[in-house]
Amino acid sequence: MKKIISTPLSDEMIASLSCGDQVLISGTIYTARDAAHKRLLEDLNQNKRLPFDIKNQIVFYMGPCPAAPGEVIGPAGPTTSHRMDKYTPKLLSLGLKGMIGKGNRSLEVIESMKKYYDVYFACVGGTGTLCAKHILHSEVIAYSDLGTEAIRKIEVEDFPVFVAIDAKGNNIYESGPEKFRKYLATQNN
Amino acid sequence: MKIVQAKDITQKVAQLCVEINTKLADDIDSTLKKEERQEPYPLARNILSVINENRNLAINARRPICQDTGMVVAFVKYGQEIMIKDGGIEQAIQEGVRQAYCQGYMRKSVVKDPLLRNENTQDNTPAIVHYQIVPGEVLQISVMAKGFGSENTSALKMLKPADGVEGVKHFVLDTIRKGAPNACAPIIAGIGIGGDFEKAALLAKEALFIPLDQHHKKPHLRALEKELLRKVNEMGIGPMGMGGQTTMLGIHVLDYPTHIAGLPVAVNICCYVDRRGTVVF
Ligand code: SF4
Repeated sequence: MKKIISTPLSDEMIASLSCGDQVLISGTIYTARDAAHKRLLEDLNQNKRLPFDIKNQIVFYMGPCPAAPGEVIGPAGPTTSHRMDKYTPKLLSLGLKGMIGKGNRSLEVIESMKKYYDVYFACVGGTGTLCAKHILHSEVIAYSDLGTEAIRKIEVEDFPVFVAIDAKGNNIYESGPEKFRKYLATQNN
Repeated sequence: MKIVQAKDITQKVAQLCVEINTKLADDIDSTLKKEERQEPYPLARNILSVINENRNLAINARRPICQDTGMVVAFVKYGQEIMIKDGGIEQAIQEGVRQAYCQGYMRKSVVKDPLLRNENTQDNTPAIVHYQIVPGEVLQISVMAKGFGSENTSALKMLKPADGVEGVKHFVLDTIRKGAPNACAPIIAGIGIGGDFEKAALLAKEALFIPLDQHHKKPHLRALEKELLRKVNEMGIGPMGMGGQTTMLGIHVLDYPTHIAGLPVAVNICCYVDRRGTVVF
């Protein structure tokens, strides 16, 4: 069964999400990848305001292709999350509640997620055209000089993800292969 | 002597860049469909079905499968009896890449300086071009659009001769175990064994061009490919690293003579979006 949620995220919503759940997200989310994260942290270090209020929001690690005529956005799938690990604990401490990307996270990130009660979603890598179909609106709101790496405010509908790491720290990259093995064992009995 | 126009090279390379980003090679396509049917784990089967659905959407929309439309790598076989008119081969290829990425609304993912990182080249050039001079009137250009989620998980190691085939297996399996979840598994692996430092890396990249159903001619290397494929798919990493049977679609070894003191091994990992194609003039 797919769980349906909308942004901004609340603690009750996060409490209802467990590692492995399939989730459809609707609402506003923000994109930021390597270069934008670096800038966000530089802004914070210089006591500047962040370009958007990250409280209870979701950040999607994504840099799209340019939109072709008639498109809202070009192909727009996830990028590898662990490159953002260095910057993530700080953003979580400021109220960021959710992240969408692909691949495992560092222990520091997972510890911060448990501390601040956050969720990490994974999207199926390589499915840029499919992801773009769930994006209804896209607007660059900061760091436009970064091109594909600029921060975009996007409106998504039924955006398909999985809970990869839940707020309790249950991690699909740790447990997935084991669960698969157990599944096989039950099938073979 | 055969004459090839530089502008024809540009046009064909541009066409190929768009094509490989939009449509998977037939062998990968059919293998992904087969794996979706054969994958026993529901979550993994679900992911494979999303992958195959995206593949259909991309073909119908004539848009890239993945938003990371890669950095372009080209292998050129340049016949000694080929003459290129009205331009140089390198510029012709770079111009093809430029046109494809600018006119094809594909992502420009190349920064000018690897450390400063403050300037995008805006047209996804330069492509990385490798040349091989061959006899005759042949001009063959193989192009790959290489994604970096998977490139980042690749590795090279200078093993000792005493490490032998067991050392090779250990290094390959270790690299894949660590890399596959971040490399958008199911992956495809290219392994270069022998030569020297850069030759091993080149072989590994070239191996990613080999069709999945083709295997090494040497029996011991064919056996090695088979064993590595089996062992990786026994790891249970599965699509996107979330568990399952389908971790790797294929693995190819290329080898080269090496020095009595060395055993270089390179592992080039590619996601299932192994975008490759060849044009012949
Ligand atoms: S690793 Fe491959 S499928 Fe994954 S995001 Fe990069 S190019 Fe796309």
